[in-house]
Amino acid sequence: MIKALGHSFKQAFVQFFRNRGMTLASLISITAMLIILGMFFFISVNVSFLTESIKSQFDTIEVYLLDDTTSDQAKVMIESLNAMDEVESVQLITKDMAMDEFKERWGENAYLLDGLGENPLPNSLRITLTDIEGGDMTAAICRTFTGVEDVRYYKDEIDRIIKISDTIQRGALIVIAFLIVVSIVVVSNTIKITVMSRRSEIEIMKYVGATNWFIRGPMLLEGMIIGVVAAACALGICAALYIRFCESFGEQVNVMFSTDLVEPHFLIVNLIAIFMSLGVSIGAVGSIISMRRFLKA
Amino acid sequence: MIKFDDVTKIYDGNNVGLQNVSIDIGDGDFVFLVGPSGAGKTTFIKLILKELEPDSGHIYINGRDCTRLSNRQIPMLRRYVGMVFQDFRLLPNKTVFENVALAMEVMHTTRRTIRRQVPQVLTMMGIADKADKFPSELAGGEQQRVAIARAIINRPQILIADEPTGNLDPDTSWEIMNLLDDINRHGGTTVVVVTHDKAVVDRMKKRVVAIDNGRVVRDSQEGEYGYDD
Repeated sequence: MIKALGHSFKQAFVQFFRNRGMTLASLISITAMLIILGMFFFISVNVSFLTESIKSQFDTIEVYLLDDTTSDQAKVMIESLNAMDEVESVQLITKDMAMDEFKERWGENAYLLDGLGENPLPNSLRITLTDIEGGDMTAAICRTFTGVEDVRYYKDEIDRIIKISDTIQRGALIVIAFLIVVSIVVVSNTIKITVMSRRSEIEIMKYVGATNWFIRGPMLLEGMIIGVVAAACALGICAALYIRFCESFGEQVNVMFSTDLVEPHFLIVNLIAIFMSLGVSIGAVGSIISMRRFLKA
Repeated sequence: MIKFDDVTKIYDGNNVGLQNVSIDIGDGDFVFLVGPSGAGKTTFIKLILKELEPDSGHIYINGRDCTRLSNRQIPMLRRYVGMVFQDFRLLPNKTVFENVALAMEVMHTTRRTIRRQVPQVLTMMGIADKADKFPSELAGGEQQRVAIARAIINRPQILIADEPTGNLDPDTSWEIMNLLDDINRHGGTTVVVVTHDKAVVDRMKKRVVAIDNGRVVRDSQEGEYGYDD
């Protein structure tokens, strides 16, 4: 068994270098495929993180209170809201707190707010929902309270965002599946050419009593080596691209969606696992498919 | 050793391969298989090697019924049947040593054993000095010696030679035949030689089985070629 493996490894490496042209061709195609796949992975993960963070940011209802609402009235509202199942917590945001939040969000431009003079922001209640599904009802109830100026709740927007992100994810999944199939076809063609060129050798090996695995082993490994090398190349390129992207556009994304891009390290660690397993299986499946015909008897 | 019991093989389109053939080749026999092209000699060999399945009848090799073998068992069968071909079938990008070693590698023989036994067999074949040459650097007769070395290195009980002298001049042919005879005499290996070489057959005075139109038409000890082609 060990000896058989040794033979396979030796032959696989010899073949890997001997068929340089074809090896390079399939290496490049799989690498390209994996890079595109990696891009879709980045997009898909980021979109899903973005949606999640938007969801969690907007599972709140803002209830703006009229300026003449007394703190007793506010307390009554808070108590009755706290009694509801749909409500996780209610926080009273005073004018001053609201202004501080504003300033924080505006960052270095916050000094502009200093020119406002009297604080124009209302007192408000911030309701955090246990479940986004109860949002509509809670918002409606809030509107019935006296002393309420306005109720802000963004369910429609959230629904739309979720729908868009679902579509993007589904699209990414289809593209990824398609790319995997294409890669398998490419590898199996490469190996097929190898097999063709080694046809007489295979025939002779069979005449001297080689088992199918003796013949198949090296080619299987050859496919897997191609897959692993391609995965390593694609990984390096994808990681570099993503890190560059985060450096260049991370801040803009943060300003636009008020959430960060997914940490490169986290994504890349996942990508290593994905690429390696994909590379190995693409290589293995590709070579098995291409050899089946030749090894029948 | 090799026994065909009423074996029939008809190809698609009603081409007769073999029809009701019964042959018994004993342990240590040396048999010439003769007959015109398309008579069924190749079918005979392919049936022994399990490249083909017979339509009916039984084939026994080394006393074992090999009529039905799983794909997994076929390589094992071929390990005790050495094959020599008219076109030598050596790997052009491997040296003589590597070509012979291949037959041992497929059986996962240790490298040390390979290094010890390959030179022995090459010496036996009289080509010890050609070990590092590539097949293209050798004469036809020498290439056939390499092929024979490869066929016998695992000490098969049966050696089948399909037109082994078809590409060789008469003198070289005679040398190769004598080599096969040696292997038969000294190694006790059963040798089956398919040939068109009338001169060789007539001179060797061995058992001759003639096949024509898929049937055994003659089986004589110390026979002659018997055709004028």
